[in-house]
Amino acid sequence: MPFEPVILFFALGLLAGIIRSDLKIPGVLYESLSIFLLLAIGLKGGIELAKVPLSSVAGQAGVVLAVALLIPLAAFPVLRNLIGLSRADAASVAAHYGSVSVVTFAVAGAFLARNGVDVEGYLVVFLVLLEVPALIVGVILARQGGDTQWGRLLHEVFSGKSIVLLLGGLVIGWVAGAEGIKPLDRLFIDLFKGLLAFFLLEMGLVVAGRLGDLRRAGIGLAAFAILMPVAAGVLGIGTALAIGLSTGGAAMLATLYASASYIAAPAAMRIAVPEANPALSIGAALGITFPFNLLVGIPFYHWLAVQARSVMP
Amino acid sequence: MSCSLHQRKLLTIICESALEAEVAEALARHGARGHTVTDARGRGTHGLRDGSWSAGANVRFEVLCDEATALELLTVIEENYFPDYYMVAFLTDIQVLRPGKF
Repeated sequence: MPFEPVILFFALGLLAGIIRSDLKIPGVLYESLSIFLLLAIGLKGGIELAKVPLSSVAGQAGVVLAVALLIPLAAFPVLRNLIGLSRADAASVAAHYGSVSVVTFAVAGAFLARNGVDVEGYLVVFLVLLEVPALIVGVILARQGGDTQWGRLLHEVFSGKSIVLLLGGLVIGWVAGAEGIKPLDRLFIDLFKGLLAFFLLEMGLVVAGRLGDLRRAGIGLAAFAILMPVAAGVLGIGTALAIGLSTGGAAMLATLYASASYIAAPAAMRIAVPEANPALSIGAALGITFPFNLLVGIPFYHWLAVQARSVMP
Repeated sequence: MSCSLHQRKLLTIICESALEAEVAEALARHGARGHTVTDARGRGTHGLRDGSWSAGANVRFEVLCDEATALELLTVIEENYFPDYYMVAFLTDIQVLRPGKF
């Protein structure tokens, strides 16, 4: 199975960070790259969405969303009772794991494309849908009836750039269709992988900078950060096959369920659950789960999807 | 030509960038007539805040105001944000032109 070279850029960034290289990606470039990636992913999903009837996607999306809510609800008691985190910390970590990582999704797409595996392109719709609900579940778990500034939180998550750009790109791609987007292909399609590689270089540097947080996380949370994505990945494959996705689609949905948010969730949790320690959730989601999914998880979920497909009648 | 200078306070707040919108709103609500925000990087009790990524970035607020307003603003941010957020705040004596502005 061919190795996906973009993750080598992540490894390079990680190495550069560990040896304390003076390599630094300017904050504005990081912002620009993330805007590009979000728009490009949205556009590609929108183009694919235009090719299928919306009603069939809506049914699948409902199931995907309902099952996804199990992830934070299952993670919370594990974090609270087995790992012994405070209520706020457990809820915040559960929200991070219930939400999704756009970059992990993009790398999974690149990995499957390189291996010639077909994927339903409209899965970006699920990416958009899964980002927010877990954050709301996390806040409810943290508060349990206490007062929360819901208006502010909802504004924060729905007006956040990732939702605006993903959803905006999705609608533009859907309205314009493949022909309409063609003049933009060179930017949004051809350059995508190169810029993803650039972004992963930066992510390597960021992860290297958070390695100190891992020491604070402790062994229990570290184990959670590996076992939780695997369990969620299995759930994703089961769900995908139940709603009739392809093997590639199952690997993608497994990756989505397995991934943990490290952009939208930290920002939302910081505002909504301020007493939660961000070093714990970011250390686990970004320090362990993100590299685990990139290096081991994605090929593993694909393998698992192939196995599951082969035993299906 | 001589210019007339007036005593005011400079309130500086350095905090995590996640709080930017909230602090800006609180400053305006409690009497600040304006403020300046800049991106900031540094190292402190919460480790390196290198600004390379949104959850690791800081901002610096600067507010020019009279002493009473400055003390009120300090009280507000101390009560609301010091317990849970990465934040430092300090006052400096300054002299300004156009005192009616601040």
